Amino acid sequence: MGTKRTLEVELSTTGLSPDGKPQRVPLVVGGDGGAVALEAPPAMEPEFEGEHMLINIGPQHPATHGVLRLVLELDGETVVRCIPHVGYLHCGFEKIGEYRQYNQIVPWTDREDYLNSIGNNCAFALGAERIFGIEITERCKVLRVIAMELSRIASHLVWLGTTCIDIGAFTPFLWSFQERENIYNLLEGWVGARLTTSATRVGGMAADIPDKWLEGLQGFIRTFPKTIDECERMLTKNAIWVGRTVGLGVMSPVEAVNYGLSGPMVRASGVAYDVRKDFPYLDYETYDFDVPVGSAGDVYDRFLVRVEEMRQSIRILDQAVKRLPDGPVNVDDVRIILPPKSKATSEMESMIHHFKNVMEGPRPPAGECYVAVESPKGEKGYYMVSDGTSKPSRWRIRPPSFVNLSAIPKMVEGHLLSDVIAINASIDIVMGEIDR
Amino acid sequence: MSPSFTIVHPGTGSNATPVTPKNVPVSGGPVSPTAEAVGAQFPGVISRTVVSRGETTIIVDGARVHDVILWLHDDAQQSYDYLSDVTAVEHRDLSLPLEVVWHLRSLRYRRFIRVKVLIAKGAPLEVPSVMDIYKGADWLERECYDMFGVKFAGHPDLRRILMWEQYKEGFPLRKDFPLRGRFSRSEQLKNALAANPEARYSMEELSIADAFEELPLDMRRRLSEGEKVGE
Repeated sequence: MGTKRTLEVELSTTGLSPDGKPQRVPLVVGGDGGAVALEAPPAMEPEFEGEHMLINIGPQHPATHGVLRLVLELDGETVVRCIPHVGYLHCGFEKIGEYRQYNQIVPWTDREDYLNSIGNNCAFALGAERIFGIEITERCKVLRVIAMELSRIASHLVWLGTTCIDIGAFTPFLWSFQERENIYNLLEGWVGARLTTSATRVGGMAADIPDKWLEGLQGFIRTFPKTIDECERMLTKNAIWVGRTVGLGVMSPVEAVNYGLSGPMVRASGVAYDVRKDFPYLDYETYDFDVPVGSAGDVYDRFLVRVEEMRQSIRILDQAVKRLPDGPVNVDDVRIILPPKSKATSEMESMIHHFKNVMEGPRPPAGECYVAVESPKGEKGYYMVSDGTSKPSRWRIRPPSFVNLSAIPKMVEGHLLSDVIAINASIDIVMGEIDR
Repeated sequence: MSPSFTIVHPGTGSNATPVTPKNVPVSGGPVSPTAEAVGAQFPGVISRTVVSRGETTIIVDGARVHDVILWLHDDAQQSYDYLSDVTAVEHRDLSLPLEVVWHLRSLRYRRFIRVKVLIAKGAPLEVPSVMDIYKGADWLERECYDMFGVKFAGHPDLRRILMWEQYKEGFPLRKDFPLRGRFSRSEQLKNALAANPEARYSMEELSIADAFEELPLDMRRRLSEGEKVGE
């Protein structure tokens, strides 16, 4: 079934005039852009009976974004069936979590969705605080919003860059990774680490932001929209980009919800489901931002949704910087938060608390909770079951990429082999999170 | 000309503006209206309703859980159309039953409910699959089977997903499974290398290439040396 859409495309690109000056040169002879009706190729009828071919992609393949393996049945160049295999990166995070105190699990959350590590730290801390039954301070809430939105932008930038590489554009990859470098520099100045941040503790953060850090963030907020504009100028109306993405991997709203898709995947299909809006946390309902929604549910819409989400994240960051209150970051509870090092070495009481917190760990009341946040990939949930000891008796990650990827057989069937790469890239998978 | 979808907005079924939950009690609190509705629709199915951290859990009869979830999905007043998660819990106290957990969301009413089935010690680990209701349950149920050994009756393709198909050590997330695995490191390495999951094709996949000569050279060599393919 081909989907028809009318889109504005530029059928020209920047080239050089005979005297060496930059000018627009047409990409297609006789065309200079305008509204073009695009139609995805319909599923092809077999022209003659032939044997189907078995093609294996991965697990070691640059376009599978990690160690995904797809076994494809091809009729000519058309995919008849797709059988995905995952698990090559399985590390048993959930099992290890049952043997660790809550604060000791935070470093594991860095390593599942490693493009969104500080966002995972915050999400895990939210879940742990719910199960401990504590309320964090206002400053901590705003700092976590800043951290989560920064990591959302960083994750979307990696997605944009790698997807461009997959589809055949190189320049936006360099631009987006340059901006991601700025975000990692900011995170390095805050928590000392770039990728594996381990930035949160139950009841607060590992560190408050240093002096003048907000100025660096404001500089980023000021300059970053220009990069999005540049990337959009390279891609949004680019005839090649549009031709490689429109009409691929279409999921209807009903299908998207039924398959449990979340994040940009479900929003591109026209379902405005965003955990920040519908099941808010960290006071997200008090921030003014929009939820971008697609209308055709194809790869192109997923691109548009993610680009717009980056702009919205900048809006949230701007509001968060303006409202960041003074005050303590950590809750005032010696049973949960470690005392300052200077006190732990000079006061008896603080030393005892320090010792108890490190050796035994804080103990939440028995019970269970499921806390979901909107990660860049979708609804990321942490389900924790406590039996009253300092270690969870079950720690479960609800991985958004895992559920999103499970729809790939449905999305690629009937498309060409080269489109499998584009569809797979559009899901934004991180194998560390899928295999855990 | 352009068949664009109608935008679906969550929360159309309620006027309440969602807010961040504050000062959530550790236990107790308001029970979700869904629990009462399920109790009225299916008398005697709910054995217990628990509210923990503001989230309502209904513990239902394992034989009826498919009916309950199907009704929750289909009923216009409930409309639990989104399956967040399927998982299982085994407690450290091994006398407690193993729990299979479904996390359901109603996007229209912005509600959340946890449905649980308790499987007593010694009873067969089997619950009905909800894959006919939610397609998204496919991999979640396979993962639950892989990690806990819970069988989902009616799942069309219940295979291991994270571990390889020939994995012999059991179910990793069960409490009787040691953290380091059942065998020594050298034996585990030997088994993993022998399994060679990167180059393995299941019989379903092999049926695509219908002649042995069509197979890749290295695979033909390994098969002729007596290596077995997957189930």
